Amino acid sequence: MPQSAEKVLDHRPLFREPEYREMLKNKKEKYENGHPDAKVQEIADWTKTWEYREKNLAREALCVNPAKACQPLGAVFAAAGFERTMSFVHGSQGCVAYYRSHLSRHFKEPSSAVSSSMTEDAAVFGGLNNMIDGLANTKALYDPKMIAVSTTCMAEVIGDDLHSFIEQARGKGSVPQEFDVPFAHTPAFVGSHTNGYDNMLKGIVEHFWKGKERTAGEKINIIPGFDGYCVGNNRELKRILDLMGVDYTLLADASDVYDTPSDGEFRMFDGGTPLEEVKAALNAKATISLQSACTPKTLEYCESHGQQTAAFKYPLGVGATDELLVKLSELSGKDVPDALTRERGRLVDAIADSQSWLHGKRYAVYGDPDFVYGMARFLLETGGEPVHCLATNGNKDWEAQMAALFATSPFGRDCKAWGGKDLWHMRSLIATEPVDFLIGNSYGKYLERDLKVPLIRLTFPIFDRHHHHRFPVWGYQGALRVLVTLLDKVMDTMDVDTNEPGVTDYSFDLTR
Amino acid sequence: MDDLTQDAAFNERLIEEVLQAYPDKAQKRRKKHLNVAKDKGQDEDGQPLTECDVKSNIKSIPGVMTIRGCAYAGSKGVVWGPVKDMVHISHGPVGCGQYSWSQRRNYYIGKTGIDSFVTMQFTSDFQERDIVFGGDKKLEKIIDEINDLFPLNNGITVQSECPIGLIGDDIEAVSKKKNKETGKTIVPVRCEGFRGVSQSLGHHIANDAIRDWVFDKKESDYVGGPYDVNVIGDYNIGGDAWSSRILLEEMGLNVVGNWSGDATLAEIERAPKAKLNLIHCYRSMNYICRHMEEKYGMPWEEYNFFGPSQIAMSLRKIAARFDDKIKEGAERVIAKYQPLVDQIIAKYKPRLEGKTVMLYVGGLRPRHVVNAYEDLGMVITGTGYEFGHGDDYQRTGHYVKGGTLIYDDVTGYELEKFIEKKRPDLVGSGIKEKYPVQKMGIPFRQMHSWDYSGPYHGYDGFAIFARDMDLAINNPVWGLFDAPWKKKAA
Repeated sequence: MPQSAEKVLDHRPLFREPEYREMLKNKKEKYENGHPDAKVQEIADWTKTWEYREKNLAREALCVNPAKACQPLGAVFAAAGFERTMSFVHGSQGCVAYYRSHLSRHFKEPSSAVSSSMTEDAAVFGGLNNMIDGLANTKALYDPKMIAVSTTCMAEVIGDDLHSFIEQARGKGSVPQEFDVPFAHTPAFVGSHTNGYDNMLKGIVEHFWKGKERTAGEKINIIPGFDGYCVGNNRELKRILDLMGVDYTLLADASDVYDTPSDGEFRMFDGGTPLEEVKAALNAKATISLQSACTPKTLEYCESHGQQTAAFKYPLGVGATDELLVKLSELSGKDVPDALTRERGRLVDAIADSQSWLHGKRYAVYGDPDFVYGMARFLLETGGEPVHCLATNGNKDWEAQMAALFATSPFGRDCKAWGGKDLWHMRSLIATEPVDFLIGNSYGKYLERDLKVPLIRLTFPIFDRHHHHRFPVWGYQGALRVLVTLLDKVMDTMDVDTNEPGVTDYSFDLTR
Repeated sequence: MDDLTQDAAFNERLIEEVLQAYPDKAQKRRKKHLNVAKDKGQDEDGQPLTECDVKSNIKSIPGVMTIRGCAYAGSKGVVWGPVKDMVHISHGPVGCGQYSWSQRRNYYIGKTGIDSFVTMQFTSDFQERDIVFGGDKKLEKIIDEINDLFPLNNGITVQSECPIGLIGDDIEAVSKKKNKETGKTIVPVRCEGFRGVSQSLGHHIANDAIRDWVFDKKESDYVGGPYDVNVIGDYNIGGDAWSSRILLEEMGLNVVGNWSGDATLAEIERAPKAKLNLIHCYRSMNYICRHMEEKYGMPWEEYNFFGPSQIAMSLRKIAARFDDKIKEGAERVIAKYQPLVDQIIAKYKPRLEGKTVMLYVGGLRPRHVVNAYEDLGMVITGTGYEFGHGDDYQRTGHYVKGGTLIYDDVTGYELEKFIEKKRPDLVGSGIKEKYPVQKMGIPFRQMHSWDYSGPYHGYDGFAIFARDMDLAINNPVWGLFDAPWKKKAA
């Protein structure tokens, strides 16, 4: 008997014990009716061939292991970035349980949202009563300052009209007349979570700006976009803006609500963009998006009010941060302070110190379109080759932008962007054209297992490592942290590869 | 410590107080879901019995933050998803499959992507055109592509997401057609998320799909023996089914099918050939047990492998269905593990004695784990089901003591208030509840995923369970919450 109170064995060691191995072998042989081992090996090998890759890339209907989520997740994330705002997702309730779980597993934090809990009868008659009762209950129980309504695909398919429903609920006294209930239709069968973010954010600004006269001021609105690293990144961004002395409003700032302290009190709401500031944001001189794919509609709306706009692609690395600072400086009239110039210099210094270890390394990168762009751009700056760049929610335009990026560097020569492809496609790409490292999220660990390519976790969602998102990847400081992450993986991998005593450890160097 | 009668009055006041926050209509509805267990004498075995009288299995109220999921979660996430050699298509938009991908820790042995597919996300990734023009053609193509790229799959299930039933797709016709073409089992499951009021209807629909699309399509040619049993409703979370199987085999039984953790389709097909169904998660799989009883004359027996007192009782109850060889086997197993049990209790009971626990989970756990805590000297002061039915609450009466707070389909608001006021030493619930509870300074264990630990079933699992409850409660972090310069308000 392997188990003892002295040294309790959980699943990892327990099932490796002989009793269990024997039991599982017996189960397989007698009861599972599986395929012969040789056949399984044959197919496993075949899945790594060029022949399989071509078949795999020719898929037209099936999606396997996608790197994207659905619109309402983005809407819930966007709404979480506003002061005392509760997300109310109109439709089936299971969806909301999923968004909350998904966000909590990544942030290791509470994630609050409610559902209108529509069932069969609502599918037939529509969900008006669910909206009327739901808004009243949410307001009474959770005392939010704003309720941001989005939709699941169920409500979209049956065609519920949010604007009309909310007004009718108001009429029935579910919430006071003046209570803020912005909304966005967020069909899960269109686009991805990045579109849901855009739709919800646009819904919120439109709610506050519609019909209002703009008095152009000097402030700058900044939209971070859907970002699992918002905790670290938004704080870093604010530090940079404060150092520059820029007068700004961060629209949709979830850095506090997804990073509340443990001191005995559960804060359902914390931080977020104050609603008064959202109203005043109409008068901004410009609105800047840090993730272009998260904001096309929102920026268009800002432009329609006469604001200048600019969209960046995840400001990660030297050049991307430079461009952001130049733009901020241009818009605000404030010079980039020496403190930031020195930070830049220190980052470049660090890259130079370590350049030999990253030069020529081959990477596969996947994630949201802007993350992949920003990451690839930084890899190029380190002399790396982002060979396979993949965004399941990337389109043809994104592929073209990536191609233009690759064309700026000799290190981009053999690189290719794959829009609309999934991680099972990525498996074929890496199996046939191997890379040194894979950059993505926790789902990448299955590729790491199958292809033995070391995974570097740098984007949402990260379920199996803790607290990465509490540190920034944006700005010069963020890039420094990304640099260290890359180097640690490179050198750890090298050590593991050279640690066999008397066989490979001549290269087990003390100093690198 | 066993006397919770003083708690009863407190709990009744607490319910009244919490209900005050609701608008009238919601208050009336929620009131029926909250109660305090009342002493009700003894059951047929002379054990104390309580009445846990709450309304259950009815619609959640909009806008209150129910913790429940949906029918899809009950079918794909619970019943079908763990069947390892089949490909389960999340049919509809991308999200449902994405959020449930690899989240239930249904352990299995196999080459993922080659002959096993549990921790993968296959989706039809519905686009607007699929909603407008229907998805049947796409589904046909998907099935072809799966067979092309994953040739060792032994079957496919179609797990319907909300739009499928709303746009009038005929997934049954597609499944029949493809089954005819390929000879492979294809199971359409009508588990659209808007059906029913929780995961529960999804379990039922998934059970019915086994009946209609597996049992009724093909008879297994397995020739059974006198000691063949199926384990039904063990999803092998963190290896639960394995630490259970080892006990059943040690007592002389042959587990010819495990539903559905680490299962192959063959294990499902073979089930009617066994002698007895042993059911652990009654809520999610009683339907198919009743069907097998009706159609094949197979008896079923409920059992509980959490904690030594229930394990021993269950082993004896199971053995009583067989001859002396098995009965002796059961006694042998109980005797073999007794020293381990004694060691565990000697080590952990002094550290956990008298600690109070509140539970809020799904399936079988709100009652099944009660005695495991009690074996460690801990006291359950509140429990409730996400998606239980009347028969679950009735069964709960055999486990909980009078005075226990009972809450059905609890809302985020209620649970927070109950915990805040009762301040238990430990809360066992899910990922959505974990962080709010911990922020309050109260230790927490996820009792769906075993908080990434496990197994918790069987004797080996009890050791891990005891260790985990101890490490949650007796961790130094809970003493670090107060900054020395902040005086805590009395």
